[in-house]
Amino acid sequence: MSNNVWVIGTSMTRFGRFPEKDLMDLAVEATTGALKDADLDLAAVNILAMGNLYEATSHNGQRLQQAMGQTGIPVYNVVNACATGATAIRVAVMSILAGESDIGLAVGVEQMGKMGMLGGGKKRDEKKIFAPKGRRGGVVKAEGLFGTNLMPGVFAQAGTEYALTHGVTQTQFARVAHKNHLHSTLNPLAQYQKEFSMEEILGAEVISWPNTLPMCCPTGDGAAAVLLCSDAKLATLDPDVRRRAVKVSASVLTSDPYVDGGQVQADINTLTRNAADQAYAKAGIGPEDLSLVELHDCFATAELLHYDNLRLCEPGAAGQFIDSGAPYRDGRIPVNVSGGLLSKGHPLGATGVANVFEIVTHLRGEAGARQIEGAKVGLAHVIGLASACGVHILEKRAS
Amino acid sequence: MAVQIPAVDYLVLGDQPHLQAWRCVACSAAYFDRRNACARCFATSFSRSPLATEGVITAFTRVERGAKQPFTSVVVDLGEGVTVKANLRGMDDPAQIKPETKVRLYTFVAGVDDEGTEAVAFAFEPVGHSEVVGA
Repeated sequence: MSNNVWVIGTSMTRFGRFPEKDLMDLAVEATTGALKDADLDLAAVNILAMGNLYEATSHNGQRLQQAMGQTGIPVYNVVNACATGATAIRVAVMSILAGESDIGLAVGVEQMGKMGMLGGGKKRDEKKIFAPKGRRGGVVKAEGLFGTNLMPGVFAQAGTEYALTHGVTQTQFARVAHKNHLHSTLNPLAQYQKEFSMEEILGAEVISWPNTLPMCCPTGDGAAAVLLCSDAKLATLDPDVRRRAVKVSASVLTSDPYVDGGQVQADINTLTRNAADQAYAKAGIGPEDLSLVELHDCFATAELLHYDNLRLCEPGAAGQFIDSGAPYRDGRIPVNVSGGLLSKGHPLGATGVANVFEIVTHLRGEAGARQIEGAKVGLAHVIGLASACGVHILEKRAS
Repeated sequence: MAVQIPAVDYLVLGDQPHLQAWRCVACSAAYFDRRNACARCFATSFSRSPLATEGVITAFTRVERGAKQPFTSVVVDLGEGVTVKANLRGMDDPAQIKPETKVRLYTFVAGVDDEGTEAVAFAFEPVGHSEVVGA
């Protein structure tokens, strides 16, 4: 058994739209980068966890091996909504902690193109006879008739629920998008690197109020990979690999527990709070110790709630927290200095690995123009409906 | 008169249309959909329970993109641990929705099938809606 797990290699592709590539091109690019980063080859890896949503029945871990090297190791293909990438990391971490593996590879990859997140699809031209279907006995399409359950609407309603309770304004939600788009201008791996003024954000097309277009993440393509190892293995590796190793101080996955009302409006808060509290306890670290946070800003409203859920602000004070400038890159707790999902992009399966890549890169002091100076501890958070939440706390290795 | 059926089985039609929930016999947790066991306490017995027709908005959005017509979606707290999601009429500007906004249920024909059967759905409107927005 290993007491600790270490990140020894990581890489991500630029996020964007790459119709000339296929899913494996993206996964191979990220995997090759992570192996090179750790100065290892595939023969050293003894577990592969592969995260992907939209081609999840295609055995992508095996396809990745077929594309770049088949070694016969166990492959775990995982799907867990937008927490898929974090789940892949968690699988590799558990295997190392259990002593079954000493080097694990976690990969997240997605190719979405210009697919929207609004669902839909054409109706077939057939005779219409009402007949109750499903566990609610519905006879007509529910979306738009009984409110909205599409992602933009769900996260908008999560935001207004917080706003009605704590007095947050649309302007405060918009400031999240202002911050993340500003941050993205320093990240060459981001899908978009464009600053928006508050006037542009508030004046843009409303998607699902209070979120306007720049307050919603884009869909896209991309991959990220993380190479992990045990204490014992780390001791055998090249001194330069050891020097750059980053400690996984907590790796936590939660699902949504029962709450009243959770059946009609997904509760994105309780499982995030549970994951954060478990992670802080496990790492022996509090939110005040964090140098930076990468959290799941699929919509601007979501980021504001997670300030509270991750205990970055006082309870109910997320609006004041963004107003204070605390989560800007020069603030007290920089949040989403990568540009976040809003501008870095959100290829679903890759996201949970990419935010660990971002934290690790800062802890190593290798983030270039967007480097948070002196970063020692970082937290990576993702949440997917309905519902899974992953939180990883990472620490710079004591020198 | 055309045959009418509820668009979902938790809507009860008649002189006083209302919603009903499956209540866990052991812990009173309420569900609109059929469950094999209670998600809170794992008990397996449920009974149907009528719900209030008025409540308070706890969350909302105005869907502008991806819909045939923009609409307002609300989560309504009906009391006794039950919330429901539905459309809201009479408040097209989401900035109008304040804490403790009271709404009431109404029903309407949402569609007709090829045999003339009408599906009746429900939505909410602000209490005092006709006075607020006029005819």
